Amino acid sequence: MISLVDLLDLPPFSISASAKRDIFRSELQELTHHHYLHCPEYKRIIDLMEFESRVAVDPENVPFLPVGIFKTHRLSSVASSSLVSTLNSSGTSGQQVSRISLDRGTANNQKKALARITADCIGDSRLPMLILDSAPSSATTDRTMISARTAGIFGFGNMGLDRTYAFDENMGIKFDVINDFLNRHRDKHVFVFGFTYIIWEHLVLPLSNMGRQFSIDNGTLIHGGGWKKLHDRSVDSAHFKRSVKNVTGITSIYNYYGMAEQAGSIFLECDQGHYHCSNFSDVFIRRNDLTLCDSAERGMIEVISLLPHSYPGHALLTEDVGTLLGEDDCPCGRLGKYFVVHGRIATSEIRGCGDTYQSSS
Amino acid sequence: MVESQRPKSGGVVILTNRHLSYLVGGREEDNRPAPPFCDIRVEFLSALSKCISQKGHLIRHPDVLTFAFWCRKANITRLRDTFDDGRAHLGLGAVFHVSPSNVPINFAFSYVFGFLAGNSNYVRLPSHKFPQVDIISSALNAVLELPDFTSLKATTHFFRYNHEAEITAEISAKCQGRVIWGGREAIEEVRKYPIQIRGREIGFADRYSFCVLGARTLVEMSRSEMERLALGFYNDTYLMDQNACSSPHLVVWLGDLKNVLEAKARFWDCLLLVARRKYEISTKAVVDKLTLVYQSAIELREIGRVHIHNSLLFRVELEAIPDRLDLLRGNCGYFYEFTVQTLDKIAHIVNSSYQTLTYAGVNRSQLLDFVIENRLSGIDRIVPVGTALDIGVVWDGHHMIQSLSRIIEVR
Repeated sequence: MISLVDLLDLPPFSISASAKRDIFRSELQELTHHHYLHCPEYKRIIDLMEFESRVAVDPENVPFLPVGIFKTHRLSSVASSSLVSTLNSSGTSGQQVSRISLDRGTANNQKKALARITADCIGDSRLPMLILDSAPSSATTDRTMISARTAGIFGFGNMGLDRTYAFDENMGIKFDVINDFLNRHRDKHVFVFGFTYIIWEHLVLPLSNMGRQFSIDNGTLIHGGGWKKLHDRSVDSAHFKRSVKNVTGITSIYNYYGMAEQAGSIFLECDQGHYHCSNFSDVFIRRNDLTLCDSAERGMIEVISLLPHSYPGHALLTEDVGTLLGEDDCPCGRLGKYFVVHGRIATSEIRGCGDTYQSSS
Repeated sequence: MVESQRPKSGGVVILTNRHLSYLVGGREEDNRPAPPFCDIRVEFLSALSKCISQKGHLIRHPDVLTFAFWCRKANITRLRDTFDDGRAHLGLGAVFHVSPSNVPINFAFSYVFGFLAGNSNYVRLPSHKFPQVDIISSALNAVLELPDFTSLKATTHFFRYNHEAEITAEISAKCQGRVIWGGREAIEEVRKYPIQIRGREIGFADRYSFCVLGARTLVEMSRSEMERLALGFYNDTYLMDQNACSSPHLVVWLGDLKNVLEAKARFWDCLLLVARRKYEISTKAVVDKLTLVYQSAIELREIGRVHIHNSLLFRVELEAIPDRLDLLRGNCGYFYEFTVQTLDKIAHIVNSSYQTLTYAGVNRSQLLDFVIENRLSGIDRIVPVGTALDIGVVWDGHHMIQSLSRIIEVR
């Protein structure tokens, strides 16, 4: 039976449905049982749900946790002495953030999986890398407490050479630094990385306003992170790509869907506009009654990852809504399920008696 | 001060004088007290009731229709008859109502209590723009325009403002009565600003409610009786996403274990059928309920078993009573359960935050004895399952008409 170790050596979108099901059944059972034995909080949940962790079940029947649980509880399945860092999800001020406990093994597997998936876009060799962000300050480079943003930069940074930060600490564009970088690597394939909203806010809008642009025609951009802020500004994926092309000349653009709670096993968007499960991940779309949606039906997104060993995050119910489009048959040729993400679930107005006082702004 | 008038959809006229935007009334004030249930006011509410009921499109807001039904003449005259104690009464004068920002209809009931007690009313509307507020405001405006009721125009003021302290202070200063709905913080904020020195104040704070079910009676219920009970419980809870102060969060099962087991199976089964038929659960509620149950699994040591029925109904069985049970609250179909042989076992958990005890299969005088003999600081209502959300002139332990009027002693 193929295990995670073997998967990390294979091309990232190479396992077909039936083989994947068998691999995931056994890998997920091991994970569930490992977390059951080593994370007391997880054990309480599994016991209460009356789930038997010693028996392998189909991936859709693996008990899943709502991601919100990581905001209120720090769940860890390894001794605290072997933790190497805590990954914090990004959140606006005042919001609770998730705290994810990472040991060396899980962190390494995240790194390898991310490298595998990224290689699908930029190839196997490391490329000169332009990071559309400011350099993480020394305060955030303390790797024992790391934000999702910094983790993303370091994670993708592993695949780059001559890593160059495009923005200063005030998120202003460093024109000279970028131009020097482009001159150094003229005619070479370069790897560009950034977070969707930051690219929009600190590169696309300022350059458009100034009427300036770069020509990074031979660059490949990988970007990810929430679309919520861009949706609020009525910017969709096509609009984003067009605008990025206008100001940078980049035409090879890959979006990804991912989260701090399952770092590493990101879902890459193909040229058809579909997010793809890799060999390390799977996805289920659920109705409000938690049964599985039919293909093309909207529902809550549950994400599966084989990477989380130091914390029980291998099956998570996200707060996003999506639609499964198919499996193994995307025109782009990648194997695995593919899907679209529609955004966050609606926070409906709750009826009831509540505070009448809201401080006036 | 500059006033501008502009019509708004639904015929609501908003008068703006810099800070206050009025939906009903304006700067003209008549704060002279009137006798409770005086004829013109009863007639006025009757006209309001008809005005609202005539508009069929309002069916989409059952709470508005309930309000209109409550205001009908037959109900008000019945209340008047029970209120008549042979004494002379007169209103207080001006009453300031601070309504909750997320219960659409309570502002209207608060107003009607103040109005029937014989007061001029200043109602701060919910900051959230509920359609119910517009519907009731425009109906009020229409009725106030009728020739019979022009004398009432200066007694009714509905408005919004940004909760500036000066405005709260100014309105409070002229009022003899104040009714504040909301959480602790909200009530404390408004209380910083005094009303008149002899003024009366009622704070409707956030409350906790629970349900007592007698297992022996329940197991003997016929199928249709059980269905009726489940429907009543549904109306008490799911109808308002279990967010109303009087919606139960806890079900206390009374009886021996064998009966309780059977009663539970039948009751929850029936409730689930009702919820399946009538309740559309939001995705957000599903995620919140799952998150809460997993958090409880980790933290709540008193948990026995958990039953998750189809995401519509979550039940958390408690093996022991945790401290501050009233802080354990679920929404949208999430209930804690506990079984006792006798009610006295739970007397110690009741504190002043307890409001409504709904019951079925239990003798109500037994419940009243429970509250009085244990000298409990909480539980203001003991009402049958199905009537938790019914609002009456007695609310939270206050008789609203008596509280908002004064007695004139004559000998």
